[in-house]
Amino acid sequence: MDSYDTPESTPRHSASSRLKDYFIGATPLQKRLESVRKQTSFIPTPPRRKIPQCSQLQEDNDPQKVAFLLHKQWTLYSLTPLYKFSYTNLKEYSRLLSAFIAAEKQKGLAVEVGEDFNIKVTFSTLLGMKGTQRDPEAFLVQILSKSQLPSENREHKVLWTGWFCCIFGDSLLETVSEDFTCVPLFLANGAETNTAIVGTWFQKTFDCYFSPLAINAFNLSWMAAMWTACKMDQYMAATEFLWSVPCSPQSLDISYAIHPEDAKALWDSVHKTPGEVTQEEVDLFMDCLYSHFHRHFKIHLSATRLVRVSTAVASAHTDGKIKILCHKYLIGVLAYLTELAIFQID
Amino acid sequence: MSSQKRVKDSQAQKSTSQVSNSYQTNLLAGEEKEDLNDSKHSLKHGQDNPAEDYGHADDQGEDALQIAMRYFEKGSAVNTRILKCMIPTTLISEDSVVKAVSWLCVGKCSGSTKVLFYRWLVAMFDFIDHKDQINLLYGFFFASLQDDALCPYVCHLLYLLTKKENVKPFRVRKLLDLQTKMGMQPHLQALLSLYKFFAPTLISVSLPARKKIYFKNSENLWKTALFAVRQRNHGPPPEPLKLMLDPAQVRPVKRKWNSYSVIPALNSSSCSKECGKKGMTLSDYLSSNRSFPLEQLKSFPQLLQNIHCLELPSQMGAVLNNSLLLHYINCVKDESILLRLYHWLSQTLQEECIWYKMNNYEHGKEFTNFLDTIIRAECFLQEGFYSCETFLYKSLPLWDGFCCRSQFLQLVSWIPFSNFSEMKPLVFDHLGQLFFTSTIYFKCSVFQSLKELLQNWLLWLSTDIHMKPMMNSPLETTLGGSMNSVSELIHYVGWLSTTAMRLENNSTFLLHFILDFYGKVCDIYINYNLPLVVLFPPGIFYSALLSLDSSILNQLCYIMHRYRNNLTAAKKNELVQKTKSEFNFSSKTYQEFNHYLTAMVGCLWTSKPFQKGLYINPEVLEKAGIAEYKNSLNLVHHPALLSYAVSFLLQEWPEGRTVNMSSIRGKKWNWYLDYLFSEGLQGLKLFIKSSIHHSSVP
Repeated sequence: MDSYDTPESTPRHSASSRLKDYFIGATPLQKRLESVRKQTSFIPTPPRRKIPQCSQLQEDNDPQKVAFLLHKQWTLYSLTPLYKFSYTNLKEYSRLLSAFIAAEKQKGLAVEVGEDFNIKVTFSTLLGMKGTQRDPEAFLVQILSKSQLPSENREHKVLWTGWFCCIFGDSLLETVSEDFTCVPLFLANGAETNTAIVGTWFQKTFDCYFSPLAINAFNLSWMAAMWTACKMDQYMAATEFLWSVPCSPQSLDISYAIHPEDAKALWDSVHKTPGEVTQEEVDLFMDCLYSHFHRHFKIHLSATRLVRVSTAVASAHTDGKIKILCHKYLIGVLAYLTELAIFQID
Repeated sequence: MSSQKRVKDSQAQKSTSQVSNSYQTNLLAGEEKEDLNDSKHSLKHGQDNPAEDYGHADDQGEDALQIAMRYFEKGSAVNTRILKCMIPTTLISEDSVVKAVSWLCVGKCSGSTKVLFYRWLVAMFDFIDHKDQINLLYGFFFASLQDDALCPYVCHLLYLLTKKENVKPFRVRKLLDLQTKMGMQPHLQALLSLYKFFAPTLISVSLPARKKIYFKNSENLWKTALFAVRQRNHGPPPEPLKLMLDPAQVRPVKRKWNSYSVIPALNSSSCSKECGKKGMTLSDYLSSNRSFPLEQLKSFPQLLQNIHCLELPSQMGAVLNNSLLLHYINCVKDESILLRLYHWLSQTLQEECIWYKMNNYEHGKEFTNFLDTIIRAECFLQEGFYSCETFLYKSLPLWDGFCCRSQFLQLVSWIPFSNFSEMKPLVFDHLGQLFFTSTIYFKCSVFQSLKELLQNWLLWLSTDIHMKPMMNSPLETTLGGSMNSVSELIHYVGWLSTTAMRLENNSTFLLHFILDFYGKVCDIYINYNLPLVVLFPPGIFYSALLSLDSSILNQLCYIMHRYRNNLTAAKKNELVQKTKSEFNFSSKTYQEFNHYLTAMVGCLWTSKPFQKGLYINPEVLEKAGIAEYKNSLNLVHHPALLSYAVSFLLQEWPEGRTVNMSSIRGKKWNWYLDYLFSEGLQGLKLFIKSSIHHSSVP
């Protein structure tokens, strides 16, 4: 930087146009700013949300791929819009990313792009994984190990998987120009070092930014309520909550498991508006659980911290880890996570 | 001579490539006839000590390099000595270098001589007048990489010589082969990263994140001599040759994978562009060919020449460290550039912000530095970033008022101009809470940054109005709306300052900062040409008028003087324009000012204080022992000026036994005034000159 002591009388030609834009709120940047202002000045979360509806997956989805996404623990990240990302270049990206990974793994060595390494990177779209037609296509990135043995040549072991999606991301889509691809939610499964390498490559290539997406207790309660509200034909897993009591030397965890049908019955008793979940209902639902627990154990759970929620639909940890169990409500779960991710990047 | 043979062989193999023809003709030319008229660019013979050589005239006119190379036939001792002594007077002709290289191929010279020759070539590289011919020999040099002894020096030469068109897949493969054979060598790394820079899609290299010197310094042998030549050629020594990669790329390892340093390094976006090359149209291709790589951008004229074809950084955040690019983004209309910066900056601020995360305070220094960088950029642009504004919205409610205080308050002063009433709940209410519960120093800093905020807003508005009259713009783009916002800000600060004065027991220190703010406020009409005059609240005016501190009183006088000038100018304009403009100040402003003025003149000059609107029961005054209060606030008796009056009397009448204050009247009053002015009370001087008719000397 040359000098900062620009005299204060320097005419600023750009200011005028931006100032005008500012008030009209015409540019994407202005829309962004407006939305942030709104979010900051009012209650950050809308007081009501829809209960996830059964199977909102678009018709053209690949059941095998969807099945692959279930029952795995994913670490969540929020991601700012990708600049100049193109779905037509996925092959090229595979090539570049695999070279980048190879180079990172042997720091200091240069490697030829497209050379044969013992790893392989694939990019593929996850068809049908969207909330509305406007949502950009979700896509999957995998790092596969190539087996050295010729006999197993076809079998690639999956070392790492990550996928990008945007479900009902309208609020974000409205505020960016067409050079950007909005996939605000990124989910990774595999070694953290691989996530780091892939993330770094994305950040360098598409000028985006990954941030770990933690889920606070407030949002966990929402998840608990919304997921309990989902209709299930049969429950495969118990509804379980985990609270953490901060005490030394070791924190104390309180686990609270309920039969899923009991949880559903409790929910039905507090639930008023059909198809929707409101803030009061969420609070009431949690309060009922607290008072029940207090009656038996004389412990005020409201004074502790909710760290994990597991239901038959999905389970989520405050660290930003999620496991989706139920195929039917995949889109519903992702829609809420997308909302949280968008809130974080605003 | 096996290595020599290898070189030749590989050269023969490469004869299909682009270099062969010219190379061979030059080789022949070198053997048969010598270019004797190489007078302009010449080399000198030297003695052992090259530094002594400069005085010698270049009488032979023959290419010394040629001679030296011919000594290749003789023993190596001779030509080693000659090479060591070859120092150019000004420049080295390219032809002679080409011929010299051709002598390398004769097969007579030893390995060590070759090494020395390459070292010489690297050291002298900057003095070679043209490099086009030499670049044609690229294939030859490249083939010499085979020779293990030569490899580091040839790498260095190639590093200097490589152009984009020299980077070919077969060469990349060769280098990678060498790398597998020889392991991780710094010189190979350097060349490979250069290749990667030119052709990111062919090669991928990750550099270890620590500082690395790629090449041993070949200049050493000739260092002092070269320095002298450079000085002779260019005057002061230029910057040392940049052999290392950009220092910005060498960063300390950090805890997070997200970034080595907070701000990304400057890299052209060639990578993502080439990713899309399959879909490139012809025009894309042509335009990309002409694009100007960022790494070469070093000066403002360069920016101006290439502004239409500048390659933007792959990570927009890198502009924060580059003033030239800040210029660029300041004038660019491309919304996506601003959006990229916005997203990156918002997220980085959020991620780095230390009070967002528990136990993260050890990175406080880093965060402070980051904020400093942002603020520098904002000062440079004279404009705030929207990301910082949104960051303030989110982080102010969580701020402890202590961490990074100076940086944070500076961010406040760079909030872009906007509707104050919208901003108030987002920023100023939170700031207010901290303000009232913090120390006086915090309060002063807040006033300081509010003053800067006001100044920035006024600058924005004043330039904006002069750009185009905001006649038919919608919504709040009207001048009235903007002025409203500014006046709300000023009223807010007025409220803040009145309360703060009460909380801090009329602290003089605090009052200085408050009056400083009003120093900006009083001059809006004249300095910024904006139709706004807002007076200070009574709480501030009377505190300043009755202050015990002469500099406060002086400051007050100055502000009153400027208010007067501004109001007079406004009045004059109103009369000239006749038409009823929407910005005629209400008579209330004038009344308010006149009220203040009367009070001031009554106190300081006519000794008839507070005649209007203030009644004090004489009994109360008598009880307090100040029945004779009327003149106790005039220029002589005012508590802030009393000491001046005393020293004035002592200075003028040093033999006087008693100091009689009331003696200052008539002529003496005028002398006293001059004395006050000479003591630096310039504000008082201006005030008296403009607001008081001198006929009325008491």
